[in-house]
Amino acid sequence: MSTTEGPPLLPGVESKKESLDRESARAHRGGGWFSGVGQRWNALPRQKQWLYLIIIVVIAYLLPVINPPFITTEPGNNWQLACAQMSIYALVAVGLNVVVGYAGLLDLGYVAFFAVGSYTAAMLTSPDSPYMHIPYLWTLPAAMAVAMFFGVVLGIPTLRLRGDYLAIVTLGFGEIVRILATIIPAMKGQVGFQNVGHPPGTDSTGAPIFLNSSGTPWYWLTVTVIIIIMLLAGNLERSRVGRAWIAIREDEDAAEIMGVPTFKYKVWAFVIGASVGGLSGALFAGQVGFVNNQKFDVVTSVLFLCAVVLGGTGNKVGAVLGGALVAYIPLRFTAIAEYKFLIFGIALVLIMIFRPAGLLPARQRLLAYGRSAYNKMLGKMPGRKAGPGSPSDEAGGPRINAPGLGGPEEEGVRT
Amino acid sequence: MSEALEPDIDVQALAEQGVDLEVAERVAPDRDIAVKVGDALVQVQNLTMKFGGLTALDNVTFDILRGEILGLIGPNGAGKTTCFNAMTGVYKPSSGKVLLEGQSLGGLPQHKITRRGLARTFQNIRLFGEMTALENVVVGLDARHRTSVGGALLRLPTHIREEKSAIERGMALLEFVGIADHAQFLSRHLPYGYQRRLEIARALATDPKVLCLDEPAAGFNPAEKEDLMGLIRTIRDDGYTVLLIEHDMKLVMGVTDRIVVLEFGKKIADAVPREIREDPKVISAYLGEPEDDVA
Repeated sequence: MSTTEGPPLLPGVESKKESLDRESARAHRGGGWFSGVGQRWNALPRQKQWLYLIIIVVIAYLLPVINPPFITTEPGNNWQLACAQMSIYALVAVGLNVVVGYAGLLDLGYVAFFAVGSYTAAMLTSPDSPYMHIPYLWTLPAAMAVAMFFGVVLGIPTLRLRGDYLAIVTLGFGEIVRILATIIPAMKGQVGFQNVGHPPGTDSTGAPIFLNSSGTPWYWLTVTVIIIIMLLAGNLERSRVGRAWIAIREDEDAAEIMGVPTFKYKVWAFVIGASVGGLSGALFAGQVGFVNNQKFDVVTSVLFLCAVVLGGTGNKVGAVLGGALVAYIPLRFTAIAEYKFLIFGIALVLIMIFRPAGLLPARQRLLAYGRSAYNKMLGKMPGRKAGPGSPSDEAGGPRINAPGLGGPEEEGVRT
Repeated sequence: MSEALEPDIDVQALAEQGVDLEVAERVAPDRDIAVKVGDALVQVQNLTMKFGGLTALDNVTFDILRGEILGLIGPNGAGKTTCFNAMTGVYKPSSGKVLLEGQSLGGLPQHKITRRGLARTFQNIRLFGEMTALENVVVGLDARHRTSVGGALLRLPTHIREEKSAIERGMALLEFVGIADHAQFLSRHLPYGYQRRLEIARALATDPKVLCLDEPAAGFNPAEKEDLMGLIRTIRDDGYTVLLIEHDMKLVMGVTDRIVVLEFGKKIADAVPREIREDPKVISAYLGEPEDDVA
C-alpha cells in the first residue's frame, strides 16, 4: 500500500489474493487451443502489436489471391466468391457482437436489419425497381441510415423488455420483415430484384471490376469496411459507451443506479448494431446481385448468432473469426453442407462445454488509457512488481513492464 | 489525508504547487463542497410504500442534514432498505415525497436521481464482475461526462480529456478506499472486503451530495468494521453527507451523528445516539429482544 493514511489492508486479504492468482494461472494452463492468445497479445509492446496487425491485415487482403491449398474451398466452390461471402458474414458478426456481446441484448431477429440493408440497396439500384436510382456506393450509407431507423423503431418499444422477452420480440420482428417482403407488392416477394448495382470501375478490357462472379474485389471492399468498423467499434468499446454497455450486460439495475442512462445506451447498441447489419446487407445484395425474400429467415438469424457465440461473445476479433468460420465450413466441406445446422449445433454444444467463452475469449478493454494507468500504478508499488502474487508476475519477462490489462484475469476464469 | 497523496497521479495544477488537496477535491474538482453544515439536504416527507396489502413504510418523515452521518436502523424487516429504495427511485413511493436541496426527486428515472447527487451502495454487493476495479469506478465517473457516442466514435479532444481525467480520478478514489493496488483485477476476483470498498468508491465516483450506504459492514469482522468506521468518517470529513443503514449497533453508535429508528415501517425515534440508547421505545423494539443480532 502506498497510502500511509488510507485504511489498512483487511486481514486475510493477501493470502486470498495469492490463491486467486493461482486460480487464474491454472485456468491458463488448462485452456487448450487458442489459450492465452489474448493474454500474450496484451503483453506485447505497442509497436509489436502494430507490426503483427499489419502482417495479419496483409495476409487477410491476399487471402483470395493466394488460394492456399487444403484450406481452399475449390473444386466445390469458387474460392474468391467463398472469401467474399466469409467477409460479409464476418461483418454481420461484428455488428451483432455490439448488440449481443457488448450490451448483452439477445437479438434473434438480426437478419431483419440485414434484410433491410439488402432491400435498400436493391430497390435503389436494381432496374427492376420503379424507384429513384442512385449510384451503388451511396446505397451503403443509405442502407445504414434505413437500418438505423428501423433499429430505433424496434428498439424504443422493445428495449424496456429484458432477457427472454426481448429475444422473443426480436424473433417476431425478424419474421415480420420477411413476411412484409412477401406481401408488400413493391418488394416483389419471391421474384425479387435482379441486377443490383455495384461500385463503378472497369479493368483494362472494359469489363466492370465488381462483377457478381468475381469475389476478390468484393472481398477487398468488405474487408476494408470491416477494418473501419472494427476501429470505430474499438473506439466505442474503450469509452464511456463501451463501459455503459458492459455495465448493462453485467447488472442493468446497478448500472442505472450508478448514473448510466441504461435505456438510452441499449437503444444506441441496437441502432449501431442495426447500422452494421444494414451495411452488410447492402454489400451482400451488391455481391450476389439478386435479392428476394428467401434469404432472410429465422435460421439465418440463428446462424449469425452462432457466429458470435462461436467466435467469442463480446470480442470483435472473435466475431470476425466466428463469422468467417460459419460461412466457410459449409463451403469447404460440401459433402456435409446439407447437415450444416446439425454440425453447428454439435459444435456449439462442444464449445459451450469446453470453451464457454468462445474461441477467442478476450475481455473487453474499456479504458482508452488504461494500460498506462495500470502501469503507473504498478510502478508506484515497489516490491509489488517482483513480489510473488503480484499481478504482473504470471508470465514474467516483458509482462512486468507491460501488464496492461493483460494481467492473469485477462482470459478470465469463466465459471 | 493529504500528506498521503502522491502528487504524480494528480493532474491539477494545485497539487503541483504543493497545495494540500482533500480527496473530494481531487475526485470532484468542480463540486461545491458543503460548507453550510446543518440545513436539511434531503427531506423525506410522509413517505409511504405499500406492496399490495402490506405497508412497508408508513408515513415516514425525516431530514438528512448537510454534513452529518445519519444512521437508519431498525430490526429485520423494519423497512430500512425499502426506505432506501423508495428514496433512490428503485420503487415508486405510494405517497409522500423526497426532496434533495428542496427539489422533488419523485418520478425521476434512477440515473437522473444519481446525477442529482444521491448515490448508493447495495446490501448484497452488485459490482460489474467482468470489469476491473478501476473500470467499475470509471463507470460511476461517467455520469458526469458530457460526450457520448459521437465523441467516442471520433475521439474528440473533449472526450479524450474526459477519459484521461476519469482514469486519474478513478485511481485517486481507489487509493482513497485503500484498494489501488488491485486496480486491474476483475472485480469478481476481489476479496469480499475489497468488493465492499470498491462499491463505496464507485458510489463516490458519481460525485454525490449524499452517499447512502446499505449495510456496508455486513459480513465484516470487528477489525474490518473498525476500519470501515474510519473510512466513513473520512468521507464525511471530506464534505459528503452520509446516510448509513446498519444492523450493528456498535458501529452505528460509534460513527453516526444522529439516528432514525424504524419499526414495522414507522419511525419510532429520531435523536442523537446517546438518547437513542436510552429511548425505552427503541429498547423494547430493538435492543431489548435477545433474538436480534445486536452486537
